[in-house]
Amino acid sequence: MTTYSAPTRDMRFVIEELAGLGQINALPQYEDASLDLVDAVLEEAARLAGEVLAPLNKTGDLEGARIVDGEVKAVTGFADAYRQFVDGGWNGIAFSPEHDGQGLPALVGTAVQEMWQSANMAFALCPMLTQGAIEAVEAHGSEAIRQTYLARMVSGEWTGTMNLTEPQAGSDLSAVRSRAIPEGDHYLVSGQKIFITWGDHDVAENIVHLVLARLPDAPEGTRGISLFIVPKYLPGDDGSLGALNDVRPVSLEHKLGIHASPTCVMSFGDNGGAVGYLLGEANKGLACMFTMMNHARLTVGLQGLAIADRAYQQARGYARDRVQGGAPGEEGRVAIIRHPDVRRMLMQMRAYVEAMRSVAYVTAAHMDLAHASEDPAVCARHQARVDLLTPVVKGWCTEIAQEITSLGVQIHGGMGYVEETGAAQHFRDARITTIYEGTTGIQAMDLAGRKVLRDGGEAARALIVDMRETLEELQSQSELPAALAPALKASVDALDTAVEWLVKQGPKDPEVAGAVAVNLMMLTGTALGTWQIARGAMIASRQLAAGVGDSDFLQAKIITARFYAEQISPRCEAHLYAVLSGSEATMALADEQF
Amino acid sequence: MKIIVCVKRVVDYNIKVRPKADNSGVDIASVKMSMNPFDEIAVEAAVRLKEAGQASEVVAVSMGVAQCQDTLRSALAMGADRALLVETDAELQPLAVAKLAKSIAEREQADLVLLGKQAIDDDCNQTGQMLAALLGCGQASFACDLQVDEDGLTVSREIDGGVQSVRLKLPAVVTTDLRLNEPRYVKLPNIMKAKKKPLERLSPEELNVDVSPRLTLLRASEPPRRQAGIKVADAAELVAKLRNEAKVI
Repeated sequence: MTTYSAPTRDMRFVIEELAGLGQINALPQYEDASLDLVDAVLEEAARLAGEVLAPLNKTGDLEGARIVDGEVKAVTGFADAYRQFVDGGWNGIAFSPEHDGQGLPALVGTAVQEMWQSANMAFALCPMLTQGAIEAVEAHGSEAIRQTYLARMVSGEWTGTMNLTEPQAGSDLSAVRSRAIPEGDHYLVSGQKIFITWGDHDVAENIVHLVLARLPDAPEGTRGISLFIVPKYLPGDDGSLGALNDVRPVSLEHKLGIHASPTCVMSFGDNGGAVGYLLGEANKGLACMFTMMNHARLTVGLQGLAIADRAYQQARGYARDRVQGGAPGEEGRVAIIRHPDVRRMLMQMRAYVEAMRSVAYVTAAHMDLAHASEDPAVCARHQARVDLLTPVVKGWCTEIAQEITSLGVQIHGGMGYVEETGAAQHFRDARITTIYEGTTGIQAMDLAGRKVLRDGGEAARALIVDMRETLEELQSQSELPAALAPALKASVDALDTAVEWLVKQGPKDPEVAGAVAVNLMMLTGTALGTWQIARGAMIASRQLAAGVGDSDFLQAKIITARFYAEQISPRCEAHLYAVLSGSEATMALADEQF
Repeated sequence: MKIIVCVKRVVDYNIKVRPKADNSGVDIASVKMSMNPFDEIAVEAAVRLKEAGQASEVVAVSMGVAQCQDTLRSALAMGADRALLVETDAELQPLAVAKLAKSIAEREQADLVLLGKQAIDDDCNQTGQMLAALLGCGQASFACDLQVDEDGLTVSREIDGGVQSVRLKLPAVVTTDLRLNEPRYVKLPNIMKAKKKPLERLSPEELNVDVSPRLTLLRASEPPRRQAGIKVADAAELVAKLRNEAKVI
């Protein structure tokens, strides 16, 4: 099994050149985030990820979290690693200094998050959920709740969870049945929740559950759901830990992957009701939960990228070592990296990883600009882009992660199917990413419905304008591989056609958006990839001409962009064809005919 | 006790270096650079002494190009109080570095100078020894343990035959070996704070030190490729080959 070495050089290139760190650093709120500081942060995070978290990834897979005497025991080594993570101040990287965060841009937080997720996805889920919970508490908590909880959650001393799902309420949360009954200054929460990631554990001293439940007089459906904060141990006003609340893990799920991440069935209120406090307004819980969900969706998209890169590193290492067969012009047997088809697979992995990283980081940069720009119109413009891209980062990156981790197994041949090499773990771990925090179908519907149809295609058109600007610039640069400009043109044209078609067809036929949404989403992701990888190639080529930077790295960047343009970008047109075919064949069979 | 710790900016230990095409040196243009790992151990040792209340101040010092500031910021993030950079684009050889360090040690009235036993780029293993000679103070090289008491230091040194313990009076120079400690993981808030710690810049001229090189690099080239070995049938054939062909016995 290979170790994980964070690709800091590519991360730096994307952060600086594609996502535009300079523009973010120029905002008063992020004046500390200079390139040299970001460099130092990346290097140190890379060390913790590579030396502490990555070695526990396989242990975690083999050992798995366990439930002993009604409490969850994390995998050997996780508690120590978590302590190091918290001591290092990493949990608070992108949170406000007001709550003891470090106040760095989301862009930097995103790069560091990629490292944790690549190194050890099962581990990194714990802080990921805490970070989502912090956002919800920050946005919707009363002053008292913020005082008690925020600083401890930002530091990571207390972890957070997200309690949405119930057996009958999965993607459809309108069916939530958990109850909350008012009692004095608090509520008594009862009900059963399933699929609760890191719902219980022994790596931190307290766990803060965010729970969706119904008030006694709540209307049916999604308009009757409220959000409650339910701590495992009830804190006093000074934050000291008091009595154990009426909440416990009932069992753990046996899963395909992420074995070290305890997926709990949680029971609230077996002994009369768990003490909880309302977060935000009554009956508006779903909206509050979405604060958390949007953050989590981007991070899950990042997990797709992260696990794909880990699989790439693993496959690259194996391809360099494994000797099989000969190659033209070489004596004797050669390492399989010399075989054209193995190279095709490695290039495919590499090109997708670079494209996904660029798209995800650029989205994070828009978040920072939306958050900290001075002009409200500028903020709104960037926020519209974030809203548009969030489902694409989530849906596209996680779907592509399936392909990439599968190629990772393929490069290992028979040994990839054997657990020992570690390639299979990435394949198994990746599988959840298209499911949790909203399935691929949900993301695609979000894109097609809320993000494209609702504003009549306006946000999508603004994106297309930006992409065409790059295309013009690209067409005037002659020293780049010839494939790039036509690939970007075809990608943008395909996206343009698909968006205009949907804007016209969507309102006419209620089934059409649902039937074509995933193809629209994959088309958007692939086209965004072409766009960013072309921008990267242009910048790399300029740097090469100016004699700055590492020429090996820059040349590889250009070649990788060419591979993407030649072998991946054409998928845009295939997705477009599927979109334009509409819903007829999809919907035509009777249920019994399946 | 005031400690000066010298840190060198070197090619990162993960990088496989290559000679320049014209063999005039090693190609380090746009290669990743980081703190010499032996110096990292020296910084760790200094910061631990400070944390234990045995040192009053830790000053990190580097010499070389402007980018050495990044290396100094790493030392500040680990816990050094302030930093000094002797900035020059000139090639610095161990004797020049030792002279600059001497001048700074005197200027700062340092009680202890800590530095790595060698740098992983040129592997000279000379600077600490030269510095002690120039300062006319005691030295303990290759330290694997370091204890401070009222009268001075007790240092365990790694030598060929095992470990040797020596006593030193202050001021002293100690060069650090791999097993002295394991450098810490730097905390994110400390990386942020390091940016705001003082970093002073000086020039060799201000210190009145002539840094001109005394050694000339003739040629830098790849080591010769190792030839494939052969299998011998038995011990007699091995001995014969060693005697007649290799002529080593």
